[in-house]
Amino acid sequence: MKALRNPLANAHNHGAAGDGVDHWWSQRFSAILLVPLVLWLVWALSVLAGADFERATAWLASPWNAAMSILFVLASFYHGRLGLQIVIGDYVHHRAIEVALQVVVAAAAIFGALIAVVSILSVAFSG
Amino acid sequence: MTTRTTQDQRPLSPHLQIYRPQWTSVLSILHRITGVLLSAGTVLVVAWLVALASGPDAYAAVTGFLAAPLVVAVLVAWTLALFYHLLNGIRHLFWDAGMMLELGPARASGIAVVIGAFVLTAVVWLVPLIGGAA
Repeated sequence: MKALRNPLANAHNHGAAGDGVDHWWSQRFSAILLVPLVLWLVWALSVLAGADFERATAWLASPWNAAMSILFVLASFYHGRLGLQIVIGDYVHHRAIEVALQVVVAAAAIFGALIAVVSILSVAFSG
Repeated sequence: MTTRTTQDQRPLSPHLQIYRPQWTSVLSILHRITGVLLSAGTVLVVAWLVALASGPDAYAAVTGFLAAPLVVAVLVAWTLALFYHLLNGIRHLFWDAGMMLELGPARASGIAVVIGAFVLTAVVWLVPLIGGAA
């Protein structure tokens, strides 16, 4: 059967079209962003350890904490998805299972980040 | 019939289990393992945020779950994974910049990363216990 797809389209995201470099930079950029964000997260968790509902909502409702939380959620889900994409691509050799896993992970990352951000905003605007 | 194609005769490179585990190779796969574990751990972060947005009852249920001894043990392991991935990630960034690639520095920085991860985990979990409510 004659291939109807442009060869360049087939090469995209398969390593030969320069997309790998893009993935590499995205992973490094989100990694650098996550260095201060993870240190902030550890500080935040130590502040929030044992906090009751009122104290936790008041803490998350402050603009600085809400903004940093959203930034952490977006950067970590993005970075996690990029990493899992590589791991799945390297170790799952059955093509159909690999593609299915990639879709599930990407969807879960988007859904997880979205529901986390909506929750943060909900607390920030009602707290 | 034993017709051999060129493909059959190509030499195989030794597989992973042939090699003796080394600091560099073990820490390399640990970076991926901790990365996968941390991705799974984001479920807890999302659960905590959703509970906080859902009201006091949901929040009490989630914090009660997080205080269970077995869950605390998981959280300690998760902290260790977080610090290891953070420190080893910084090690990777140095490598990406072309620094510390020689065998000596690669091994030394690997040992430093493991010690650092344990020290930071101990600081985060033990200092509040020793110092009380700061």
